[in-house]
Amino acid sequence: MSNKLNHSMSLAKPDALDINNKQKVALAIGVIGLFILALALFNTNFPNKGLFLTLSLGSIIGGIIMYSREAYLTKLEGIKNDGVWFKSISSRGVWGWIVGVILTTFYIVLYFFPKYLGLGTDGAENTGLISLFDSLSQLLSGRNASQWFVYGTLYTVAILAFGYKFILKYRHNRYQQLRTVSVMFFQLGFAFLIPEFMYVMNNDLPYYDLKSIWPLNYYIFDEWSVKGFLSNGNIGLALLIFGILSIFVITPILTYKYGKRWYCSWVCGCGGLAETAGDSFRQLSSKKMSAWKLERWLIHTVLVFSIVMTVAMVYTYLGYDKNDFWLTRGVFISLVIGFLTLVFAAVMFFKRQELGKDAKYGAIGFFIVIALLLIMHFTGTTDHLFYIKAGALRSAYGIYIGSIFSGVIGTGFYPILGNRSWCRFGCPMAAILGFQQRLFSKFRITTNGGQCISCGNCSNSCEMGIDVRHYAQKGENIVRSSCVGCGICSAVCPRGVLKLENDSMKGRINPTEVLLGNDVDLMDLVNQK
Amino acid sequence: MEHIVIIGNGISGVTLARHVRKLSDKRITIVSAEADYFFSRTALMYVYMGHMKFEHTQPYENWFWKKNRIELKKGYVKQVETTTKTLHFAEGDTLQYDKLIIATGSKPNKFGWPGQDLNGVMGMYHKQDLENLEVHAPNNEVCKRAVIVGGGLIGIELAEMLNSRSIPVTFLVREDSFWNGVLPKGESEMINRHIKNHHIDLRLSTNLKAINSDDNGNVKSVIIEETGEELECNVVGLTAGVTPNIDFLKDSDIEIGRGVKVNRFLETNIPDIYAIGDCAEQHEAIGNRRPIEAVWYTGRMMGETLAHTICGNKMEYKPGHWFNSAKFLDIEYQTYGWVFGERGRPEYEQHFHWKHEDDTKCITVAYDKNTHKFLGINTFGIRMRHNVFDQWLTEKRDVDYVMNHLSEANFDPEFYSRFENEILKAYTNQLQPV
Repeated sequence: MSNKLNHSMSLAKPDALDINNKQKVALAIGVIGLFILALALFNTNFPNKGLFLTLSLGSIIGGIIMYSREAYLTKLEGIKNDGVWFKSISSRGVWGWIVGVILTTFYIVLYFFPKYLGLGTDGAENTGLISLFDSLSQLLSGRNASQWFVYGTLYTVAILAFGYKFILKYRHNRYQQLRTVSVMFFQLGFAFLIPEFMYVMNNDLPYYDLKSIWPLNYYIFDEWSVKGFLSNGNIGLALLIFGILSIFVITPILTYKYGKRWYCSWVCGCGGLAETAGDSFRQLSSKKMSAWKLERWLIHTVLVFSIVMTVAMVYTYLGYDKNDFWLTRGVFISLVIGFLTLVFAAVMFFKRQELGKDAKYGAIGFFIVIALLLIMHFTGTTDHLFYIKAGALRSAYGIYIGSIFSGVIGTGFYPILGNRSWCRFGCPMAAILGFQQRLFSKFRITTNGGQCISCGNCSNSCEMGIDVRHYAQKGENIVRSSCVGCGICSAVCPRGVLKLENDSMKGRINPTEVLLGNDVDLMDLVNQK
Repeated sequence: MEHIVIIGNGISGVTLARHVRKLSDKRITIVSAEADYFFSRTALMYVYMGHMKFEHTQPYENWFWKKNRIELKKGYVKQVETTTKTLHFAEGDTLQYDKLIIATGSKPNKFGWPGQDLNGVMGMYHKQDLENLEVHAPNNEVCKRAVIVGGGLIGIELAEMLNSRSIPVTFLVREDSFWNGVLPKGESEMINRHIKNHHIDLRLSTNLKAINSDDNGNVKSVIIEETGEELECNVVGLTAGVTPNIDFLKDSDIEIGRGVKVNRFLETNIPDIYAIGDCAEQHEAIGNRRPIEAVWYTGRMMGETLAHTICGNKMEYKPGHWFNSAKFLDIEYQTYGWVFGERGRPEYEQHFHWKHEDDTKCITVAYDKNTHKFLGINTFGIRMRHNVFDQWLTEKRDVDYVMNHLSEANFDPEFYSRFENEILKAYTNQLQPV
């Protein structure tokens, strides 16, 4: 048909949607900032690195701010999605692919070849891009930059600058604004500044982003990490206890009250980047039934992998010696199996009906985990688990899940797969929170009676690939484990059909045959059947 | 196996097909000349605006139909032969049915304006209208100006569409204020101002006289009735309402008026033939509703109801309390119960009107001035809950109760400013004797 996509090299298509001159200037300023980084990457030795870093980051931030003000403040408040499926960058056009390839390459170099970014090894001075960031790192923590510091800085800059853009885009919507201020705050404070200051106070403490919770933070229970905490007295012990409480106490309480959105779209760093820098790509997530099926297999496989891997890691460094520490391998494995069994039994007891045929898959998953743990316990030796070298599991997880899945694919593929592919298909933390959100939470997206006109704006803008319309047009509330509660479906709905809310558990799931508005007797008849 | 044939794959026909499939094992065929698969025509505007692609307007994936054994037949029905239960297609083939459902929807009104069939003159209803618009108004170089004739819901949507591509729009509205046949004065005037804020050239109390053509049969300009002014333009949007799309039934035995005449069971005069949705015309209007209701959800409700009748559980079409919604550029509108504009307002209906100082939010509450019974509410820029108002209308609450409990009905996103106190204060002040 005539409105089929016609990608051009232009950033905006069709012509009427061209950006104005001020925006072109803004783009140019931003590109200059990026160009300085590129020059540094190719080993340009800037005379005053601090100045050039300031200039670079300043230009990037300034360019984005200027561009956004021009894009949104010149128009009336409202939904600003004109042309997202025309613009090459946000519709898998040439620019989308170019950005995708650049991001992916960056992640591969970052994770696997940091020396190309200029990381000095064996005590050597940093060069290239990383050396450009030395001055900032010195300022914050008195040490030279690492590739992770460079990454963390750019990540924070992206969340802050694009967060500002997002706030302007939704300046009529206070839910969106507060949520964005929240992710900006947590990124700047918890992920970026506090760990640096903690290092200044006590440089033996392992890097710890307080809001990054196991199993998303898959290395927190690694031997080096736990030893690092334990060798640092009360503060270290307190941090370790906080890490354990985060997943076993704080998370369940908050998820029960507010759904997983309290974390995924208000606190989490991965979510923070997705909601700000990734906002332009949200419509690219697949809404197909097949994608949903893949999602459910993939994310739960990662969850099983991360649990088994973590247990195995802890298991290896717990000695057999009873005198050493009360927590022996035997006690530990019993605790884990006991806990998992408790959760499993509780779910089957209270929620067997709701799960339907998924209960079978849940049970299979549970018994696989238990079997794996038992096999490990009875066949494991000091340096071999599952007949492979201990630690191989952990490094496999680190490479395939921690680096490739979450970074290279998760973020590098923003312009291709949408901005939440890691959160949707891979994040084990999202799987745990989602499981709870689906079964034990007050959160739901309420559908407003019979007002839905099936237009599909909600589904189109769902970054998690939920076919929101499928529920809304049936007058059914949306209770899905993957929903991160970003609230964009509700914002873009032209008929006021969707509302995110925390209410009682009763009537949360409301399958209806006939929608509100039709004859009441008929509704009673079919709905009570 | 009984063969159910549905002409039209809009919301009415598709809802019917889905429910018949849930309730029975009958053979189902949906016939359409417009599109291969069901799509939501209310979303066509978002395709032109680039918010979505056409495929996103399709609520069901393409495998859905085969999986649910709903056969799709692309073709244009030319004639219905009721004696032999046969459909004749323009393409020459035929199809036998046991039960026939006419769900062909509407088509845009044309009032015999000179030049109304020129290239570049179009409605905004069918998928083909969207394709046509994409040809004649791809950008503001090809289309220097568009003129829209008719100030209703489709007209303002078309204006928003063209505006998204920076195409200058002149919007001719017959009434002296936008959609004031339906909206009370305060609301209608607020929308007038909102339209102008979007730099749309709104011309009230203005009619179209004629559309002029260039040498190639394309639109060149329009002439305005009142002033004789000639406006140069490349596209003319005709959005002065819709009419049932039933020309193909003119020579059949099926009784038609403006639409296909049906009783409360949605049956036509011919056994085993039914009509639902925009093209169905009730012999007598139901309550305050019009005999022909060209509304998304009534089509859906007729489909839900008729499926039961067809599957052996005969059921009357009984729409509940009136409700509807729309969006005027950036301002959302919802209505529950009845609130009349100046035209056709019953003598006993009294209004309370509140408008926020930012001029984008307002409500109008209608009540019976004698009994104080709550009759309905229009709400602009504030979302409200359907089920709460539905319940209050059923319970016949009085207006004081509604005003004092308005916060229960709020459906705005979390953290939004709330106005119930301000509204209640204005309401209480209004009631005090001066």
